[in-house]
Amino acid sequence: MAHFHTPLKKARGAAPAHHGTGHFIAQRLTALANLFFTAFLVLLALRLAGAGQAQARAVIAQPFIAIGLIAGLATFVWHMALGMQVIIEDYVHTFWRKALLLSLNILLSGLLLLLAVASIAMIVFGS
Amino acid sequence: MVEFTLPAKARVKPGRTWPKPEGAKRLKEFRVYRHDPDGGGNPRLDVYFVDLDACGPMVLSALIWIRDHVDSTLTFRRSCREGICGSCSMNINGANGLACTTALADIDGPLTIHPLPHLPIIKDLVPDLSHFYAQHRLIEPWLKTDTPEPQREWKQSKEDRGKLDGLYECILCACCAAACPSYWWNQERYLGPAVLLQAWRWIADSRDEATGERLDRLDDPFRLYRCHTIMNCAQACPKGLNPARAISKIKASMVKRRV
Repeated sequence: MAHFHTPLKKARGAAPAHHGTGHFIAQRLTALANLFFTAFLVLLALRLAGAGQAQARAVIAQPFIAIGLIAGLATFVWHMALGMQVIIEDYVHTFWRKALLLSLNILLSGLLLLLAVASIAMIVFGS
Repeated sequence: MVEFTLPAKARVKPGRTWPKPEGAKRLKEFRVYRHDPDGGGNPRLDVYFVDLDACGPMVLSALIWIRDHVDSTLTFRRSCREGICGSCSMNINGANGLACTTALADIDGPLTIHPLPHLPIIKDLVPDLSHFYAQHRLIEPWLKTDTPEPQREWKQSKEDRGKLDGLYECILCACCAAACPSYWWNQERYLGPAVLLQAWRWIADSRDEATGERLDRLDDPFRLYRCHTIMNCAQACPKGLNPARAISKIKASMVKRRV
């Protein structure tokens, strides 16, 4: 179907969405948090080097370690979801395909976080 | 989805090789993109040989020579020949730039000239910049004030005036926008480096009273935040400006007003 829109109508589109800055801030903050989380993981790996399974479970079950792991995984998954959102918005232009992929991104990221938290909880509570 | 390959009708095919000028001692080969969307058919690369002793020193001089002496149908924009109007922006050997300020002596071997990439083509080296200009209009590039106009002038300190250096020099040639992958993929919604640099030029102007309104207009995941600091814009700008820095300042202003 032919459209006879003026260039200005096309440029203005549906006006600004008035969000995006929150995403920008969250992406930077989670990136910064991930630096600390990565250092924490490296230190934990060094601490557990050569340890047996029982000893490793005991270390991870310590409250400080378990909470650190959960907090770190949360920022890691959050950062991943934000990054995936940007990639989808950049490269997928069909509305329904984009909406579907953005929804799946949230769903799968949530599931991944749930899985990670459940795994750590199982270690902490000894099941 | 984004298209990573050209549609079949847009693929560039070999074109006509025009005869070499008689008696020329210093020749330079030019491969120039030719396309007339109204005429149908694929775009093609025509080959011309320019007599360097008969034309001026710049790429634009050679294009004018080709049009005057070889092929009068070759179409391109040009006006000032001084790097001020931005009309002759094109892609020269893979890099966007102004034909009038690119010296032939700086380029070894044959030259391949295309129009600015990823824009609709009107004819040959002339892209359709209507959307680009409309985006510039969208940011309202003029002084906006509510205070009654002073009798003489809006005053500005030297320091505040200095903040506009590196911004006001933009000539809207679109070299940066057409070099930006984010603009290639999302130009319908992303404003692009040139327009955002202009937007910051007015946000940064100490006399302007519409800072909040201007930031509101840009507060959008596509209009502003498609910039991923790729920096092609700074590399492509023929005036040596840095649109990416201006965009980062807009983002910083967005964050500051929320914190």
